[in-house]
Amino acid sequence: MLRHDVLVVGAGGAGMRAALAAAQAGVDVAILSKVHPLRSHTGAAEGGINAAFSEEDSWENHAYDTIKGSDWLADQDAVEVLTREGPDAVYELDHMGAVFSRGPDGRFLLRPFGAMPIPRTAFAGDTTGHVLLHTLYQQLLKHRVKVYEEWLALDLLVEDGVCAGIIAYEIPTGAVHAIGARAVIFATGGAGRMYANTTNAYICTGDGMAIALRNGALLKDMEMVQFHPTTLPGSGILITEGVRGEGGYLINALGERFMARYAPRMMELASRDVVSRAEQTEIDEGRGVNGCVLLDLRHLGEEKIMSRLPQTRELGITFAGADPVYEPIPVRPGVHYFMGGIHTDLAGRTTIPGLYAVGECACVSVHGANRLGGNALLELLVFGRRAGEDAAEFARNQNSPVEVSEARVRDAERALGRLVSRTEGERWATLRDVLAETMNREMGIFRTEEQMRHCLAVVRELQERYNSIWLDDRGRVYNYDLVSAIELGFLLDVAEAVVVSGLARRESRGAHYRRDHPARDDENWLKHTVVRRDPEGELHLDYLPVKITRWPPAARVY
Amino acid sequence: MQVTLRVRRFNPETDLEPRFQDYTLDVPDHFTVLDALITLRERIDGTLAFRYSCRMAICGSCGMRINGLAGLACKTALRKAVKDGLVTVEPMGNMPVAKDLVVNMEPFWHHLRAVTPYIEPDPARVEPRQEYRIPPERVEELWEAVRCIMCGACFSDCTVDEIDINFLGPAALARASWMVRDPRDGRTTERLRELSKPHGIWDCTHCFYCVQVCPKDVKPMEQILRLRRLAMEAGITDNNGSRHSRAFAESVKETGWLDEFTLVPKSYGWNPVALLPELPTAVRMMTRKGAPSPIHPRRPRADEVRRIFEKIERKEAARRDA
Repeated sequence: MLRHDVLVVGAGGAGMRAALAAAQAGVDVAILSKVHPLRSHTGAAEGGINAAFSEEDSWENHAYDTIKGSDWLADQDAVEVLTREGPDAVYELDHMGAVFSRGPDGRFLLRPFGAMPIPRTAFAGDTTGHVLLHTLYQQLLKHRVKVYEEWLALDLLVEDGVCAGIIAYEIPTGAVHAIGARAVIFATGGAGRMYANTTNAYICTGDGMAIALRNGALLKDMEMVQFHPTTLPGSGILITEGVRGEGGYLINALGERFMARYAPRMMELASRDVVSRAEQTEIDEGRGVNGCVLLDLRHLGEEKIMSRLPQTRELGITFAGADPVYEPIPVRPGVHYFMGGIHTDLAGRTTIPGLYAVGECACVSVHGANRLGGNALLELLVFGRRAGEDAAEFARNQNSPVEVSEARVRDAERALGRLVSRTEGERWATLRDVLAETMNREMGIFRTEEQMRHCLAVVRELQERYNSIWLDDRGRVYNYDLVSAIELGFLLDVAEAVVVSGLARRESRGAHYRRDHPARDDENWLKHTVVRRDPEGELHLDYLPVKITRWPPAARVY
Repeated sequence: MQVTLRVRRFNPETDLEPRFQDYTLDVPDHFTVLDALITLRERIDGTLAFRYSCRMAICGSCGMRINGLAGLACKTALRKAVKDGLVTVEPMGNMPVAKDLVVNMEPFWHHLRAVTPYIEPDPARVEPRQEYRIPPERVEELWEAVRCIMCGACFSDCTVDEIDINFLGPAALARASWMVRDPRDGRTTERLRELSKPHGIWDCTHCFYCVQVCPKDVKPMEQILRLRRLAMEAGITDNNGSRHSRAFAESVKETGWLDEFTLVPKSYGWNPVALLPELPTAVRMMTRKGAPSPIHPRRPRADEVRRIFEKIERKEAARRDA
């Protein structure tokens, strides 16, 4: 059997940062990913990474903006860690070789970003995630970390209540393996693909969230789904907030900068939930342009666009047929990020000893009910390192040999065999379409009790129908038909947690906006939602207090 | 619009040889080749295997040959790729096919690892407490190389790798050109020396395919030419490539035109042992009257050519001093 001290699942920014920390701590670490590490979705992050870099700034300012952005649902102790350790985490990335844009003094250039009154966002043009991802991969090569490339995690191995490794499916050969590990770190990213309109890559299917839920870990604040204000119609491709940070305007069909009505002070740079709701309101009230609003950056000029936003121009021309130098780009809100995830403490520990989670699949909670642009990349550096270090320490203190029952491998093989050999039923893509369209319609920017009830009924019906899907591909080598089917199973389970959490929260906070409960209700709802799944598959809701240290809840106006 | 996708298929579990399979689909006009392939696998034939993820030209998963040239399926508009209602889709070249459009990219990654693609600071240098101070223009000159997404399109269509898979190839050398020019790296000269060895920067034959197929405009060949200049400036000239380059330039500078007769021996540094294997070629050329003349007179007005060279050399020197 394959064995490691620390096994990281997912090789995006969070997973690679965690693996690097564990490797530097001197334990035997491996990283497993269903795609080559450089294909991870971190690479699609565009705008930048926040930290209090400048003399005029302070971690306290950054923390306050983050907490206000979160609509006071973030845990303030976690935000303090994020913002205090932020600058050093990014400097360290610079020392590794990340190529950030520089100002005339040779220091990082900073650009304004949403919901922050001063420029705090370092960037690499508008391909910050790409630079971060490639830099961390280079470090993985430097430290010769073992990579299980194109292996899909199927399940967690838990022995006597302690995490003992994972079951994984080797996509190139179709083999099922048990990998023993003293500590497992989930860094599997988001689950945006449960929605039809999403910026997320096809691989963002909530694998780690679903596996954790199925094994009794807690999912926290799953109703908090961020809609990014500027995504391309049809494809959902992301246009960075950096466009507005550099001075781009949002205009409606009447040519108005409509944000003046919704956020007179911050305008286009209000928090993402506020801007997305404003756009949707404009569109719903008939002031949209073919279901979109327009993102206008013509006044920035070609030179600035080419030096600060070259990818945006490329994306506009290729995927929207609009060259932003000469014409506005049509944009609309689209699902971008899950603030919620696997409940962890400040070291990334979940409620299962030996299981860690970090990055978008985790909820430590620094984003609360709405994440600030530029804080996700920072989170994966800061908490990736912490989880990697703590997992290495945990692994070192375990003396018992890692033993995993091979029976679990045979169980998993049998389950896959049943799916592959079924000769009739529905295609996974049919079910995925119903899920994605329903989530879009009923679990969107604006929600009501009735919509969410209907949505939950549909998700549960799909879970039933999922038991009788069948595949075209019966082969073992690169059976992507099977991979997609497994991923849909993950999405359905995470979707159920999202809707159940949303139904229960009878208030509006951050990204969770209910037309039937439009006000924030601190008295009853200043608390985290947690979902647990019992062995029978029933979901149970519970609540955890929000950690408030020095910033008491206040009105949130932009 | 109606389009026929002609897909090169190969399933190692059932097929002895690859084969083409035609699928006719009705899809929206704005679709990319990737959108069409996804529709195909979801609606028509779930056995078709290909990699894809971000669908926005940044993850590098969906490299494949479209109508014979490598590129990203997600960045290729279907209506532009269609010729007479047909688009041909094949796996990338220079890498073994694992299944259908999925290739085993290990040869590509092997070359990437070979250029030690990570910053190695001079151990004597003290790391700053904050970020390295780097002038913006030095950062900007790295962008072209940094934005490579490692999709493998250039490697797929590299005509040198086609005959010698040991050639480091366009992507790995483009990445090396970042490392060499990164002010934080402490192994610049050592790197250039390694890159000047056989299968390195001097093996490129300037066919331009990598520049043509690169979906991110990295211009790998120009990165390679830049590395050659840097290597020669660093005095790493003890190799056929730089001798060839120098002999070429010198003969034109001195005589106004290329002295083909001495080009090969000069490239080999007049080393008789190294030249020996070229002898049969030389004999064949002489017997077929294709050999260049050993007499190489100066062209009239060669002085003008010389002055052009001197002007460029002065400019280059000024650039280096700056």
